[in-house]
Amino acid sequence: MKIDDLEKMESEDVSSLSSVERRNFLKIGFAVTGMYLGGSVLSLVSVKNAHGASASGVVPELGKYPYNPHYSMVLREKLCIDCERCKDACVKTNNVPSYGFRTTILEKRHSLGEDKYETIFVPVLCNHCNRPPCVRVCPTTATWKDEKTGIVVMEPSRCIGCKTCMAACPYNARYFKEEARTVDKCDFCFQSRLSKGVMTPACVEACPADVRVFGNLADPASRVSQLVHSPETMVWVLRPETGAIPNVFYINS
Amino acid sequence: MKGNNTTTMPTSSVTVPGNKLMWLSLFLIFIGVAGAVYAQVIGHHHAFANTREMPWGMLIGVYAYFAIVSTGLCLLAAFSHAFGGNQMAPLANRMVWLSIITLLGAFTVIGLEIENVWRMPLGVILHPNVTSNIWWMGTLYGIAVGVMFLELLLILTKRYSIAIILGVVAAITEALANSNLGSVFASLQAKPFWYGSQLPIFFLSCAVLSGAAAIVMFTHFSHLLQRRQMATDTFQGLQTAGKVMVLMTFLVTLATVWKFINAYASNDEMIMAADSLFKGPLAINFWVFEIGLGLVLPGLLLAITRLKSISVMTAAAIMVLVGQFFSRFNLVVSGQIIPSDYGFVGVPQYLPYTPTVSEYLIVVAGLGVVGFGFLIGERFFDETFRTSAH
Repeated sequence: MKIDDLEKMESEDVSSLSSVERRNFLKIGFAVTGMYLGGSVLSLVSVKNAHGASASGVVPELGKYPYNPHYSMVLREKLCIDCERCKDACVKTNNVPSYGFRTTILEKRHSLGEDKYETIFVPVLCNHCNRPPCVRVCPTTATWKDEKTGIVVMEPSRCIGCKTCMAACPYNARYFKEEARTVDKCDFCFQSRLSKGVMTPACVEACPADVRVFGNLADPASRVSQLVHSPETMVWVLRPETGAIPNVFYINS
Repeated sequence: MKGNNTTTMPTSSVTVPGNKLMWLSLFLIFIGVAGAVYAQVIGHHHAFANTREMPWGMLIGVYAYFAIVSTGLCLLAAFSHAFGGNQMAPLANRMVWLSIITLLGAFTVIGLEIENVWRMPLGVILHPNVTSNIWWMGTLYGIAVGVMFLELLLILTKRYSIAIILGVVAAITEALANSNLGSVFASLQAKPFWYGSQLPIFFLSCAVLSGAAAIVMFTHFSHLLQRRQMATDTFQGLQTAGKVMVLMTFLVTLATVWKFINAYASNDEMIMAADSLFKGPLAINFWVFEIGLGLVLPGLLLAITRLKSISVMTAAAIMVLVGQFFSRFNLVVSGQIIPSDYGFVGVPQYLPYTPTVSEYLIVVAGLGVVGFGFLIGERFFDETFRTSAH
């Protein structure tokens, strides 16, 4: 095309646009803007979903569990009354000595002002992490994550007692059991109950307040799965910054 | 190797080192092992001050201390043997032996510290865990001590060319073992004050510092024991080791300063752990022994006297070795001193830890092994130590 031919062509500047075309353009613009704006407003309104989104950081998506059954525990924190029946049941079931514990209850206080406090009891136990630091550090594979259940188990006869697993655990979940000459820890009662067909750990059965809920996270119909995947529920874990990906979840609802 | 010096050695007035010292070191080993047996019988739970929350204590620090000294000696020996020209060649044969015996001291302490040591030899072979730093550390240190024994044998039989190769292999193995020892602590995210990629390098820096200090101290002790005048080339070798000490006291001080600046720019747990050393329960250990006695004073002494006095260099070396001892203790304790459940009711800000008599006795056993090894070296390898040929 030569430069002279350009002068003969019809102008494409805005002065030649018909009013219908202008209106159509504006409509598209408003529609796009409205869609984004509306979406943003909705996301702000839906605070419950926002909590759900934050919880998705600690709860893997449904169907993305590496084990099946993928045993986990949900602790309904505010229901705990510190009766310690869970601790007693654990001691009796797993022969835990007086100087040790597999599970215990911590106590935290929130100030309500004017010397008033809200006391909250926090049951703790082994978190059976998906990336367990204790398993990584053991020099003799005396502890490992069971391939079928995801439970972190111990083989006492292999334990050399170097206690590196105790140092590596972010949850203070391990202790050295002198009588057995091995590090001991919660195994969700795998040895004492699950392997014998009793499908709940002793602490869960003993809890009168239904604080501890145990089950298969990989089963969408299980209570644990429904509790942690409920959109209205805020779920948290202890020490998420360590990257251990724990399987003990805390909720309040 | 080059530098096959033929310096005329002054003859020794006493050829056999003191038998009394040898009996003393054997006695130290005996009471140390007795302490360990006692601890096994009544249970480490009762005998040691360690707890569930603080599973590692002074003995882990002392194990690391001896292992780090060994690595430093091995590295410096390999550099001197392989490259020469750095004036430390006359010290290198003794460094190989000292590296072996300090590692044996480390093995003694860790062997008496862990609960079921008898499960270890087969356990690490039959059920190895290649993701475990402890496994790599133990395996590599085990290989290193074997290679160094072989190297020593070759030095004794004057087959130097193969000995140099083995020396380099041992040094690389020790360096890898040492950095794995660093990573035993540094890879634990549960302990933020340990966590980080710099700790293994810090350990290697401390190794070079304490290795240089150890060769100065033991060489001087040897001359005192043998009542022998120091040859010029040996003294020059010690001066080079002194220079290494000056450089490394500066670098380790700098690394410590940055460790603290980093901690104070971090979260509460890091700040509290740093505070435990800076102004908390470990403050005297830190300021007086680790920093003052262990880094600043020896660095200044060496710089001011310009490495001209063997006595001052030995005094500085002893200070460095004492300081490094405290440094390992401080590292082990400060990393665990903040409870993982800090903030809950009844949980203290700092966990208590004071070593027990049993723990001190096991340290004595380690010192006894190193002392006994040193004296054995003086008795049987004196001729080899006095030659720089390698």
